[in-house]
Amino acid sequence: MHKNTFLIGAASAFSGDRQDAAGPVVDSLIASGKPSALIYETLAERTLALAQIARRNDPNSGFDPWLEDIVGPVLKRCLENRITIIGNFGAANPLGAASRLRMMALKLGLEAPRIAVIEGDDVSGPGYREYLKTALGNKLDEESVVSANVYIGADSIADAILAGAQIVVAGRVSDPALTVGPLLAHFKWSRDDWSRRGKAVMIGHVLECGCQATGGYFADPGYKDVPDLAHVGFPIAEVDENGDCIFTKPVGTGGLVVPASIKEQLLYELDDPASYITPDAVADISECTIESIGLDQVAMKNVKGKPWPATLKVLVCHEGGWLAEAEISYAGPRAESRARLAAAIVRERIGNLLPLRIDLIGALSLHADDAGEMLAHTPLGDGRDIRLRISSKHDDRSKADLLNREVMALYTCGPAGGGGVRTSLKPRLSTTACFLPRELFPSSFSIVV
Amino acid sequence: MNKLIEIPLYRIAHCRAGDKGDRSNISVIAWRPEFYTVLVNQVTIESVRLHFSFRNPGKITRYLLPNIHAMNLVIDEVLDGGVNQALNLDSHGKALSYWLLDMNVSTPAEWKPLLAGPVEE
Repeated sequence: MHKNTFLIGAASAFSGDRQDAAGPVVDSLIASGKPSALIYETLAERTLALAQIARRNDPNSGFDPWLEDIVGPVLKRCLENRITIIGNFGAANPLGAASRLRMMALKLGLEAPRIAVIEGDDVSGPGYREYLKTALGNKLDEESVVSANVYIGADSIADAILAGAQIVVAGRVSDPALTVGPLLAHFKWSRDDWSRRGKAVMIGHVLECGCQATGGYFADPGYKDVPDLAHVGFPIAEVDENGDCIFTKPVGTGGLVVPASIKEQLLYELDDPASYITPDAVADISECTIESIGLDQVAMKNVKGKPWPATLKVLVCHEGGWLAEAEISYAGPRAESRARLAAAIVRERIGNLLPLRIDLIGALSLHADDAGEMLAHTPLGDGRDIRLRISSKHDDRSKADLLNREVMALYTCGPAGGGGVRTSLKPRLSTTACFLPRELFPSSFSIVV
Repeated sequence: MNKLIEIPLYRIAHCRAGDKGDRSNISVIAWRPEFYTVLVNQVTIESVRLHFSFRNPGKITRYLLPNIHAMNLVIDEVLDGGVNQALNLDSHGKALSYWLLDMNVSTPAEWKPLLAGPVEE
């Protein structure tokens, strides 16, 4: 590894991730004495649509609701130690997030930081409607569109940092762009250096899910034991000028960084490993190597990169009807038999009015299919503590609610000894993706304060 | 004589499941370099299709990564529509990695001491 390295720490993998994640990461970045950045990934596919809904109800919201909780504990130390903060916590309102961050800094007695906002991801306006119609055809239901955003890349993030931004607030950027941006800015790589961009993309890919690289979503007692998972440390990548990197985590935290955990995260949500398509490059890990080089230190090498794609992904979120879920429990002798009888009663009474999925939690649930094929082929067992879950969906709220009323009625009209009914009725969001020429989506940044 | 033993996949590999829409990807990573051949020869598109037959999967693609002794299985139409549509509690199919890990494979009996998990009598 070359001597001049840059550190990137991950502080969040989704909106609502642990509030105490960033602290130890920032401590490590400061202790290293090296130039560094801290990234927050807070946008799953549906998060942005939820943020749009929040903003419609209150123009001052629409950014990550946990912003103060996750950035607050480390804001002072990051600003004082020149650690650039980059996050997609702007969600549907990056400007709102920027002014909140400014207020937070002032409250801490700091000078107002230089904050940049990334622009160009929101394509829900009329200017883009024709393109979306052409690309999506009848999959676009204009009435029910909640949000439409294009996944933009890292160049505007890099430009913002080069313009002196201490904090970069984005909405929908590709998750790896949060990592690619600061690397492009720090090493001043040529913007068409596809090899290094490809390497940076994969570093970002490993970091974006936070502790999924360091022992989270991994532990399996007796097979994959993880020390002190309750205090799992979030990952840090030490990157050299060539884009090679070492993954590690803060000293004194729980979790682990071993080839097994890094390999699992490297392949997470990937399709063709030789062609991981992102706005910043097409990365290729088909010949990469992952090696342990010390305690909680794993080196990644031989990642390759190819030019970025000609199109960008646009994600459109529609209202997706209603999801009804209702549960009741049976315990003791013949519990499974009574639960199955309860399911049969609901099925008979609802008939063809709603699609139904039956789960016998404790005997068969997650692995089964919605159509009930596996359940139909599973003979009655001796389950003695079974939670019956029935779920359904419908565009019409009151129709979906029929399921909940039928399960509630099992208290008195169903098999013996049923208890603990819980019901829920939630609106659903449905996502549709399309790909459009990248020239349509110029992105930029503004220094807002 | 090369005696073979039948064991669940989790004795020689670990897995992680991810999703994109109605597509599940499951990584299968050998615990030791020598186990990788078993994955290549026995965790095939055909055997995976059979193992997931109750979900009637669409296209299955298998990508091999010999350098890291791993493969990436991409299984289409296996999530009942995925997060948009599925009624499963686990609409992401996070638990499907453990469905795959329960698949049986056969390995040389002399590997017994090398297998992952508690040592058997």
